[in-house]
Amino acid sequence: MIEARGLTKRYGNTLAVDQLSFDVEPGKITGFLGPNGAGKTTTMRLILGLDRPTSGDVRVNGKHLNQLAWPMREVGALLDAKAVHGGRSAYNHLLCLAQTNGLHRSRVDEVLDLVGLHEVARKRSKGFSLGMGQRLGIAAALLGDPSILMFDEPVNGLDPEGILWVRNLMKALAAEGRTVFVSSHLMSEMENTADFLIVIGRGKLIAQSSVAEFIAANSQQSVRVSTPERSALAAAAAAAGATVRDDDSGKLIVLGLTPAQVGDLAFEHGIRLHELAPAHASLEQAFMELTASSVEFQAGLPGDQDRVAAGKVA
Amino acid sequence: MTSVAAHERLVGGAVAPHPPGRAGFVGTVRSEFTKLWSVRSTYWTLLALLIVCVGIGALFCWGQTARLASISSGTTLRGGPIPAGAVHSILIQREDQTRSMATTISLFGLLFGQLIIVVLGSLVITSEYSTGMIRTSLTSMPRRGTIFAAKAFVFGVVALVTGLVTSFLAFFVGQAILSSWHVNDTLGQTDVLRSVIGGGLFLCVCGLLSFGIGAMLRHSAGAISASIGLLFVVFILSNFLPGPPSGWFGQTDIDKWIPFFAGSRLWENALGGVHLFSPWTSFGVFCAYAAAAMIGGLVLFLRRDA
Repeated sequence: MIEARGLTKRYGNTLAVDQLSFDVEPGKITGFLGPNGAGKTTTMRLILGLDRPTSGDVRVNGKHLNQLAWPMREVGALLDAKAVHGGRSAYNHLLCLAQTNGLHRSRVDEVLDLVGLHEVARKRSKGFSLGMGQRLGIAAALLGDPSILMFDEPVNGLDPEGILWVRNLMKALAAEGRTVFVSSHLMSEMENTADFLIVIGRGKLIAQSSVAEFIAANSQQSVRVSTPERSALAAAAAAAGATVRDDDSGKLIVLGLTPAQVGDLAFEHGIRLHELAPAHASLEQAFMELTASSVEFQAGLPGDQDRVAAGKVA
Repeated sequence: MTSVAAHERLVGGAVAPHPPGRAGFVGTVRSEFTKLWSVRSTYWTLLALLIVCVGIGALFCWGQTARLASISSGTTLRGGPIPAGAVHSILIQREDQTRSMATTISLFGLLFGQLIIVVLGSLVITSEYSTGMIRTSLTSMPRRGTIFAAKAFVFGVVALVTGLVTSFLAFFVGQAILSSWHVNDTLGQTDVLRSVIGGGLFLCVCGLLSFGIGAMLRHSAGAISASIGLLFVVFILSNFLPGPPSGWFGQTDIDKWIPFFAGSRLWENALGGVHLFSPWTSFGVFCAYAAAAMIGGLVLFLRRDA
């Protein structure tokens, strides 16, 4: 259980985290979403006591991190896979962490096996690939067999197999009743793993809900239609009050009608349909819509202005 | 690839109960000990310390015996002749000089050894910042005072032991060389044991001073430069101040406060020591500098965002 109350962190003139209040509950994966620079890492640093909040408070299992009897046995965190001394072997890196919390050496071997780094355990981590570094960071987080796990962008640099592995690992950890708090800027990743979402933008809380609720609340229902009579259907749908746009593959996306309504509409107008499917309103879309105003570094695409002016963007 | 099934087997279905007590100093000392001895820089710096201190001391001692040998054969070191009548008196004078400074000569390498121990002292803490390891360290042991104390303790003990070994080895090797002219010191003589032990203490405190500076600056190159500046450059600069006859604030007033002079008073007598505090008082001054650096480092370590 992680509880943040009015958590605020200011660096000079920048308000990195602004009045965040949220709970991260055990037994599920809580996704922590936000665009780059939204304050996800800062929030995690505040939870871990690495940074001191300007105001507000955050507790893990009811205490500040430095009040926990056995910190590693309660909280395991992967903040930055590069936060290791490259001259130290993977084994010794984990050993020196284990020793602070009175964990046995055998536990080091266990987690090395678990993350699949056993063969390179005696090699200096300097030579590790990004993926291996990420695994070492996950090993360190799991070392104390903690009830709370925090991962900051854990799939960064992992190959598809590695991503799947991390995903399954997180699910298994949550299924065991642990608190799993994972940050990402990749909505697609969260859609596949998270049960609950905490969304922030520019340091502020934007949303806090389950994944399904989040999608339902933040994205319009849409229907994907394939038809040889595109203009006729577009006109009919528009007449019925829907918004119609092209998708990239020449199909139509109808917003504001259910698949049944679109089918009926086509039947009434005698329009042949080749495909009629509810478009999966993705978390990605919902997220983009929600955070559009709170992206810190907004990049303009060349030509965006003209296209908007010409009304070609739906 | 390890499957999730393996994970479930290893971690178990439930979170294990915690043992009584809490993570504290002893475990953190163990951890810091592992940290120190699991990187190569530790071995290299300590080996360099030993070689430089013993080697330079031996070289200096050998130089003295070579000088005595050349005088006794009636030539200067450059090979020019010394008038026959002068040889005996010069030789006696040189022998006396060497004898009175035998311990200091053999420990002369410590002047350079301090430059090496400060590298390790700084790196022990600054490498945590340069590598990012500090974030991992503070997550596993968030009680910062405990980490700082354990780190200082482990490094201090290692620096003291290595310092003493270095000092004694330099002494014995140097005296063995000087013994060929019977101008060597033995540990039983007045102040000799204090000097040799003092050499080890000096190296240890030099290291702790740089550890404190490292904790304040959090930057390897900066901390090493600052330590070398404070220990090595300041005492050289002090030589440019006006000397004893000066009517105003000069070298003789300030020498006793110069870190290197204060610290080295315990193991050397070449400077005559007339302007300095007594050996142990002097060393106390030196320790105060180190303590100030460490307290400054600790306060910042506790307060700053990592």
